[in-house]
Amino acid sequence: MIGAIIALAIVGPALAPYSPSELVGVPYDIPNPDTLLGTDSLGRDVLSRFLYGGRNLVWMAIAATTLGLSIGIAIGMASAYFKGMPDEFLMRLVDIQLAFPSVVFALLFVTMLGPSPLLLVILVGVSQAPSVARITRGAALGVVERDYVQWARAVGIPTRRILMSEVLPNITSPLLVELGLRLMWSISLLAGLSFLGYGIQPPNADWGLMVNESRNALTIQPWAVLAPILAIATLSIGGNMFAEGMSRAIGRTEGTK
Amino acid sequence: MMKGVKVASLGISLLDGTRIVHDVSFAIEPGKVLGLVGESGSGKSTVAKALLGYAGPGARIGSGSVFIDGEDILALSEAERRERRGRIISYVPQDAGMSLNPGLAIGTQLIERLAEVLTSVRLPTDRNFLARYPSELSGGQLQRIGLAIAVVGRPKLLVLDEPTTALDVATRNEVLKLVSDLSKDMHLCSVYVSHDLGVISAVADQVMVLYAGRVMEYGEGAQVLGAPAHPYSHALLRAVPTTLGRKPLEGIAGTAPDLRSRGTGCVFVARCPIGDDRCAAVEPALVVKGASSIRCYKPNAVEAKTNIVPLPLAKARGEQICAVRNLVARYGPLDVVRDVSFEIDKGECVALVGESGSGKSTLARCMIGLHSNYDGTIAFCGDTLPRKAETRNGDAHRRIQYIFQDPYASLNPRRTVGDSIGLAVRHFFPGSRQDVLDAVRVAVERAGLSPDLMSRYPSELSGGERQRVAIARALVCKPDLLVCDEPTSALDVSVQASIIELLRGLMADGLAMLFVTHDLAVVRSISDRVIVLQQGAVVESASTEAIFSAPATGYSRELLSHALNVRPAIAS
Repeated sequence: MIGAIIALAIVGPALAPYSPSELVGVPYDIPNPDTLLGTDSLGRDVLSRFLYGGRNLVWMAIAATTLGLSIGIAIGMASAYFKGMPDEFLMRLVDIQLAFPSVVFALLFVTMLGPSPLLLVILVGVSQAPSVARITRGAALGVVERDYVQWARAVGIPTRRILMSEVLPNITSPLLVELGLRLMWSISLLAGLSFLGYGIQPPNADWGLMVNESRNALTIQPWAVLAPILAIATLSIGGNMFAEGMSRAIGRTEGTK
Repeated sequence: MMKGVKVASLGISLLDGTRIVHDVSFAIEPGKVLGLVGESGSGKSTVAKALLGYAGPGARIGSGSVFIDGEDILALSEAERRERRGRIISYVPQDAGMSLNPGLAIGTQLIERLAEVLTSVRLPTDRNFLARYPSELSGGQLQRIGLAIAVVGRPKLLVLDEPTTALDVATRNEVLKLVSDLSKDMHLCSVYVSHDLGVISAVADQVMVLYAGRVMEYGEGAQVLGAPAHPYSHALLRAVPTTLGRKPLEGIAGTAPDLRSRGTGCVFVARCPIGDDRCAAVEPALVVKGASSIRCYKPNAVEAKTNIVPLPLAKARGEQICAVRNLVARYGPLDVVRDVSFEIDKGECVALVGESGSGKSTLARCMIGLHSNYDGTIAFCGDTLPRKAETRNGDAHRRIQYIFQDPYASLNPRRTVGDSIGLAVRHFFPGSRQDVLDAVRVAVERAGLSPDLMSRYPSELSGGERQRVAIARALVCKPDLLVCDEPTSALDVSVQASIIELLRGLMADGLAMLFVTHDLAVVRSISDRVIVLQQGAVVESASTEAIFSAPATGYSRELLSHALNVRPAIAS
């Protein structure tokens, strides 16, 4: 399911009958053999816009989640490993960031700097990092006390290598669950920002943007709203289930502690 | 008068039909204690739990009867059994503290017959004490509360599953005495499960030796432990160290059989020194002879070695390798090690002995830089070491190696055994893949492991094998000093014996060792010098022979008096 949606987002543009910004008919045309899902308020083909609309969302969500996980894991592991002052400092930083609602946080910067895909990825990534840091720290706290990590310290293996090859592999289970959650959040945040008009800018096609553009015509053309909504929902729920399944599979092969 | 406990041909199998306990029968008279001994996996705990009519997840009691005072509890319905648990059958687990509700004051947990029961387990009965919560009591007190809860309903059968394993020796002896006294005073039948032969010899009237779910030998305690007839009982006893002398310890070669895929012969045949074709083909029956029974074709065939052949001590003292001067280590504001000084020579084993909380582990961690909050100096080969492991140089990292207490935590579960050891090789001696592999193989073999294990993960290994892997990982670093923090306390006696022999072999190669332990018998069998710690301070420091033959301080004498040894029967 999730695979189908991602595939759709990637190969969709190739299948689309028209360009997403091309005017192909009268506005709000009903579905017909030429335009299978009808046309939108400007007379653009809804199906083509739908097929194009996932591409940006998917890659931005994946990039943002990767960024958020990397920052969060780095902060969380450092916090758990060094303890004391560094831990306090990093965790307070995380608390401050957590206190900001992520949508408001993103809106603030987008309005200041203007919307661009790169900025959106960074903003969404950064707003995901604190909760990843929390989860990582919690999982790593138990692991850093284990004797194999202490042994690595005692023989002088560099701290960075200890964190990467002794600690990280042993906290993958909770992190994979977190990965799914974060991916879901990235997607909804990005789609939400687009919907509000602060994400992908028209005339580009985007599922969040499409919902916004087509909502006026909800009564006459519900599929133009429903299709992107369903795609977003499937993508986020599917991503979450996939990550959870992965973590269960890993947990099973892990055996006993 | 109570009829006692009679168990007949008890059989327990897993749901797939594998029999994990086979035809176990015994009888206990009121006031007597039966000791169940065996290594991990012998089925001793399974038998003990079956006495409560409980088989554990994935298993069921297939056959047999458990008569308690004339009533077969296995024939009762589950509801009737539940009603009898705690009333006529009581259970004391290994860690009674864990089985108490931390949110209830202990007075609330045992409201009935309070004063009487508390007095009988020698605890105070005043209001202040009753208002305490489990976290405010010591391990020994918790274990006594566990006993009190167990006997409060005047049970007929008391089942104790390793209740003293986590306790210090002094506390352990008090609890053991209490178990004996309670059994006599309350006319209880008691079953005491332990892997510790010393404990069993101190507490049990009768002893049953289990192996792979079968009774190997059963009889009067003095008989079974003093003059064992079965080769397995013999092997177990040879593996047990004693404070009476420095004897060579013999591990039991091989591993316990896989119950799913074993042949028709005797379960012990693969590890038995006198096993022959008949033993391998047909399992011997349990032969009852008077008060004792034995499952062997050739009882008494293994010659009893009752006299202790003393091992020579290490060579004359040579050059000093490590010197600790005026070490004071802290946890927060608390001094846990106070002004300790000692030296270690090349090829010498110095034992650091003390009860829990004596600071011995902290001291060991200071040596390798894992505990850096200390004053004083630790010098290695004449150079003072920096406090933190991170600031020490590669030479110090390599030449001082550490063996951890818990072999389950000292290996990264995500790395194969070969990879874990290879990590150490690559770190200290970078070389080609083949060089690393060769070095790992040599160390694995030196530690007495099969090279086949190199591709396995730690979760597939037994505790003894993991500890050998940890030793191999230390060996590849070519250390000069090995710091061992209770390396055998989590292991079975037979495994402990083979690990101790391995370490002794390494010392013969010139390795110096700091051996941290609370077990005096182990100290006697491996160390050359002993440092006794009490609350972080050195009480006595002398050669092993001197300490054991003529302890100079009261505390050393007290520690020694708590050691439980299995005494051989005299000329039997």
